[in-house]
Amino acid sequence: MTVADVLLLALGALAVGSGALVVTSSHLVRSGLYLVVSLGAIAGLYLVLGAELVAWVQILVYVGAVVVLLLFAVMLTRAPIGPSADLDRPALPAALIGGGAGLGLAALFADAFRWVRYAAPEPGTAERVGEQIFGAWVLPFEVISILLLSALVGAIVLSRPDIGARVDTPAGEPEVPA
Amino acid sequence: MHVVIPYVVGALLFGLGVYGVLRRRNAILVLMAVELMLNAVNLILVTADVSLRSALTGVVVESWARPGAATPGSGGVLALFVIVLAAAEVGVGLAIILQYYRMRKAVVVDEVRLDDDEERVAG
Repeated sequence: MTVADVLLLALGALAVGSGALVVTSSHLVRSGLYLVVSLGAIAGLYLVLGAELVAWVQILVYVGAVVVLLLFAVMLTRAPIGPSADLDRPALPAALIGGGAGLGLAALFADAFRWVRYAAPEPGTAERVGEQIFGAWVLPFEVISILLLSALVGAIVLSRPDIGARVDTPAGEPEVPA
Repeated sequence: MHVVIPYVVGALLFGLGVYGVLRRRNAILVLMAVELMLNAVNLILVTADVSLRSALTGVVVESWARPGAATPGSGGVLALFVIVLAAAEVGVGLAIILQYYRMRKAVVVDEVRLDDDEERVAG
């Protein structure tokens, strides 16, 4: 057991524990805050695994933006502050499928990689990741930028009430399907 | 380092995400569980970058790929792409949820009716 192993174990236990609280908590807001803890622990795992830039992007995008968006949505839908009784379906089928998928994959990985020691990677700095993205991965990068733009336009079209499909408007402006 | 630890953590997080998607009724909580699953995949991508690094050194790059395409570090780049995709997904998903809430005053996914187009409420 090296220091890296101890860190991996501790951060992994934190990530899995708070992830379990995300899917079982009966408070909507607490669920979102446990998600912050889980995502932060995963960012720590990235740091230990040598993917520095991914760790910081994880904190910026996930903890900074996605969770805030989710909490905004929780508040905009007038979620109750206290515990909600009707958040869950019956547990058994979900536990069967989820537990089966999780434990099955875990057994598969444990069997494939056993307790083999791998060399710790040198930290992947932003310079190296930038060389990768703008060298070998430049086409997927551009495609992703187009996808982000279209997702942005789609979200705006969806959430503005004044544009979108009009039912029974006589000879109006061209319809935008919503 | 023993890469089996983050692999198992990723698998367990994915299982928790599947459980959450199937268990939760609130659409926002379903999105949170989807985020857990995407993060598990990211963790496995980054870990695979570490564990396959030794196997990839000295491998001749395929002729269809650019030189340097299969170099170590690709796992991190793919993880970055997945993070961007997840951000786009949560943006559009929350727009849909909020629009649905505006129309129906509810965010419960198993009460969504798909067959009542004609009595839609004006947004």
